[in-house]
Amino acid sequence: MIMDDLETLGQRLLAEVGNAENLKALETTRVGALGKKGILTTRMKAIGAMDASLRRDAGAALNRLKSELAAAIEARAEDLRGAALDAQLRSERIDVTLPARRAPTGRVHPVSQVFDEIVAIFANMGFKVAEGPDIEDDFHNFTALNIPPEHPARQDHDTFYLRAPQGQARQLLRTHTSPVQVRTMKSQPPPVRIIAPGRTYRRDSDMTHTPMFHQVEGLVVDQTTHMGHLKGCLQDFVSAFFEVEVPVRFRPSYFPFTSPSAEMDIGCKRSRGSLTIGAGDDWLEILGCGMVHPNVLGHCGIDSERYQGFAFGVGIDRIAMLKYGIPDLRSFFDADLRWLRHYGFAALDVPTLHAGLAR
Amino acid sequence: MKFTLSWLRRHLKTDASLADISERLTALGLKVEEVVDRGELLAPFKVAEVIEATPHPNADKLTVCIVELGGERQQVVCGAANARAGMKGVFAAPGQTVPGTGAKLKRASIRGVESAGMLCSEREMGLGDDHDGIIELPTDAPVGEPFAASLGLDDPVFDIAITPDRGDCLGVRGIARDLAASGLGTLLPLDETPVTGTFTSPIKVHLDFDTETADACPYFIGRYIRGVTNGPSPGWLQERLISVGLRPISALVDITNWLTLDLGRPAHVFDADRLQGDLRVRLAHASECFAALNERVLEADESMTAVCDDRRLIALGGVIGGTDTGRTEATKNVFLEIAYFDPVRTAATGRALAVDSDARYRFERGVDPAFLPAGAEIASRLIIDLCGGEASELVTVGAAPPPKPDISFCPSRVATLGGAEVSTEDCRKILERLGCTIEDNGDSWDVGIPSWRSDLEVEADLVEEVLRMVGYDHIPAVSLPRPAAVARPVLTLAQRRTSWTKRALAARGLVEAVTWSFVSENHAQLFGGGNDSLHLANPISAELSVMRPSLLPNLIAAAGRNADRGLAGHALFETGQIFADDTAAGQGLAVGGVRWGKHGPGHWLAPARDVDGYDVKADAEAVVAACDLPADRLKVTADAPEWYHPGRSGALRLGPKVLAHFGELHPRVLDAMEVKAPVAGFEVFLNVFPAKNKGSARGKARPSLRLSPFQAVMRDFAFIVDNDVASADLVAAVRGADKVLIDEVTVFDVYEGVGEGRKSIAVSVRLQPIQDTLTEPEIEVVSVRITDAVEKATGGVLRG
Repeated sequence: MIMDDLETLGQRLLAEVGNAENLKALETTRVGALGKKGILTTRMKAIGAMDASLRRDAGAALNRLKSELAAAIEARAEDLRGAALDAQLRSERIDVTLPARRAPTGRVHPVSQVFDEIVAIFANMGFKVAEGPDIEDDFHNFTALNIPPEHPARQDHDTFYLRAPQGQARQLLRTHTSPVQVRTMKSQPPPVRIIAPGRTYRRDSDMTHTPMFHQVEGLVVDQTTHMGHLKGCLQDFVSAFFEVEVPVRFRPSYFPFTSPSAEMDIGCKRSRGSLTIGAGDDWLEILGCGMVHPNVLGHCGIDSERYQGFAFGVGIDRIAMLKYGIPDLRSFFDADLRWLRHYGFAALDVPTLHAGLAR
Repeated sequence: MKFTLSWLRRHLKTDASLADISERLTALGLKVEEVVDRGELLAPFKVAEVIEATPHPNADKLTVCIVELGGERQQVVCGAANARAGMKGVFAAPGQTVPGTGAKLKRASIRGVESAGMLCSEREMGLGDDHDGIIELPTDAPVGEPFAASLGLDDPVFDIAITPDRGDCLGVRGIARDLAASGLGTLLPLDETPVTGTFTSPIKVHLDFDTETADACPYFIGRYIRGVTNGPSPGWLQERLISVGLRPISALVDITNWLTLDLGRPAHVFDADRLQGDLRVRLAHASECFAALNERVLEADESMTAVCDDRRLIALGGVIGGTDTGRTEATKNVFLEIAYFDPVRTAATGRALAVDSDARYRFERGVDPAFLPAGAEIASRLIIDLCGGEASELVTVGAAPPPKPDISFCPSRVATLGGAEVSTEDCRKILERLGCTIEDNGDSWDVGIPSWRSDLEVEADLVEEVLRMVGYDHIPAVSLPRPAAVARPVLTLAQRRTSWTKRALAARGLVEAVTWSFVSENHAQLFGGGNDSLHLANPISAELSVMRPSLLPNLIAAAGRNADRGLAGHALFETGQIFADDTAAGQGLAVGGVRWGKHGPGHWLAPARDVDGYDVKADAEAVVAACDLPADRLKVTADAPEWYHPGRSGALRLGPKVLAHFGELHPRVLDAMEVKAPVAGFEVFLNVFPAKNKGSARGKARPSLRLSPFQAVMRDFAFIVDNDVASADLVAAVRGADKVLIDEVTVFDVYEGVGEGRKSIAVSVRLQPIQDTLTEPEIEVVSVRITDAVEKATGGVLRG
């Protein structure tokens, strides 16, 4: 009886497994066959009552069927689970064209970026970065720089003064970064190689002037630096900064704090309102420079018989405008987000000489 | 400084081309701003003779002119009162662009009469402001030819920039002298032949100074010239003045202008009949007033040099003359003044009275003190030649100030300072060509300075002179020697922190701005500033009048402006100076930032929320972290200045130092600044950061890393505490419960709906064993310690 229809039973159960439409139906089949009261379990129990001679074969046949069925159930379950997952995933489709979550991106101001570029270049030439206060006194801003009170050059400076109590000397906003030369030389013995970038102020406001702007001062003082080094250093700087070979021209000029004095022009090309820095048929004045005047060295306690050197001053905003094609100086200080995003730089764009300063 | 090519050639014999002269001027430091060849520019405009001029049939003020253009006649309608038959004018044809107005001419019908072109005014030709009538050309102007030549306008005009040291080049002759010294030509001699005086001047000159102030006017030469006729000056003089943009006035005025422009020698001519008694030069008295030629009444003070007659002040020496004693067309007898006025005093006077005159400009830059006698003779001759009359003997008072001391000069300095190899012989030639004298003492020379070069004071100035003459192009460029094969780092820690700060904030989504260092007084006061010593005495506007006490006011104002443009939900920051007082120590370095409107860029999945204090707290903490300060030692306190929301702001402290403030801005402040969006801000004070970073004693090596192989265990606790308990105190209590095992405590929930005055704070605690895996009893022991510690510190109990 146990073995009578085993083959038929096996075929039926396997067919049931194969036809199970879902995991639940499959489980019903499994319980019906292999559960505690399942048909194969019941038959297995009945084997004990069988004639010993038949028991062994019957047990083996039943076990075979059980294993076969269990394997079939597991295989079917795997199929059904796979199909269910596929169906679930199909239903979980997202619109990948919708915008992703964006991390907000900030910007670094062109003045900061160009400042970093300038530092990268001059640091490579061994210059340190010196600093000084924005609110200066007459001595550091003028007198020590060989600009006595009635000197015509003072009138070109359009100085901002601070209110002073009656009888006290008025403080002023530095009109150039040159007072940092004085502070540096008074605080450290030669040799000196510094640049001093910072804010400067002049009482001037029109299309091309703002009452505040940025300059970088350079100063080299030692026993051997001469005007040829001044030319070489600045020529090296402008080509590194503009990242093209830039022809330069030095012209005699006048600054009270240097002698000999010069202005440096860089080569450029103008066509239809656009300006390209580099080789061309025109010149553009970009900085003033010269050999430090012996009176300035003297005011700073440096023996001008032994020491000499050069100094220069460049407008940071101005060279930023030239390099990055920014048309209007006044827009630098407007804090207009549209402008800052357009002309600003990514946080990770740290300028280095080995990678190139700008993208 | 403007002059024409032919004018220059009166002083300089040269074959050099216009381009060569121009290039040399710039190479000498006399920078050519522009060379305008007006002959070329004006060539299309021809001399026209008015053949017939009849009143316009339909308009009172218009004239219909038939003009002869040399083989061709045209009819033009003209509105000028001086249009008349027989005159010669400047004709512009249809199709030509009028230089003064930029308008393109068209054939037109004016009130029914055909007009084929126009007769032009000075303004239309771009020659001046005169638009009262049309240009009248000399009668000998050749009809049909370009008109420019007949007015001397076919002469290229140089406009050069003269640096303040080169007073000697404020006359055409000085420029010619510099060009000649550079080898571009030969300086032509100047006719200084004296005019013979036939009588003694009835007017004497007295220099009434004491010894201390005698340098105000040490030298004065005068001359009485009687019987002059002050008419218009001759064509050559008028043309020269016009060519550089000056209007001819009368011979006597034009002569003094000519002397100024041609020789850099200011002169003054008084109407002698309007003077009373002698001329006295002295310091002015306080509040002494006179009507000056600039049509202002000027009030002098005791520092100014006054030229007076017996009655009154009639001119400020070197600055400006007066109307009372000026020459007019009726002037018959004149007194000429050629004087030397002290540069410093002249500059101060001009500046105090806001008078910019050609005379002041030259005196303050230094006129040639040795040139007074020659200048007086040249001026006398011009007056007599152009106005007739008879000259007195010269009235000479005082003497030229002593010459500048010699400069000791080593020719080798041209190489060691100037970087250029110039032979000793060439140095000598150059200096001598410049007018210097040389006394050779072997290695060094005593160089005597020409009287017109008061700017040469030190050896370096002579190096510059030699370099100027050989050209700066001849200095070989030499790269600076490198102090190290591989460049050493140069930035200080503070400078690196500033840089880290900027890039860290930009990486967090804030956009860097650079704003003015000054704010309005109102804004300064809103942010704790407005200290009197930080007010500008001469601000450019009230908006920019006080040095800023904080970075926030400008950033908040910028936030408002951007929000008004529809840019809400953004963040700005700035790194820069803030000012507590006007000393160097009162200047701080801060980084400030604002976030306004909605937080973040916004997303369709996440509802936007307003910015709040925690956003800016994170910014401030990010700055501290970017600067490598020990973030775990920071204390957060709930005290921020009054411009923040009193309940939603705080401070980050490290020991006794306040490193930062952060929080939502006080609504009253936003209201006062007319900013509508909600704004949260922070300010980190970079200059109070400790001078060294954590770990700096260790060098670059990191502390050793110990990783435990044992499983960490997480346990959550929720405590009910009073509302005013600070979460930081609770967290500190938890941490303190077992300093070895507890390695992280995180607040993951704060719930306020647990009853009046109470809240629940839930923390997640990570236990990291380092010696063995934790057992349940061990975990239980720690848990009890945690609850005990919290209860002791905050009164909190475990939430049931």
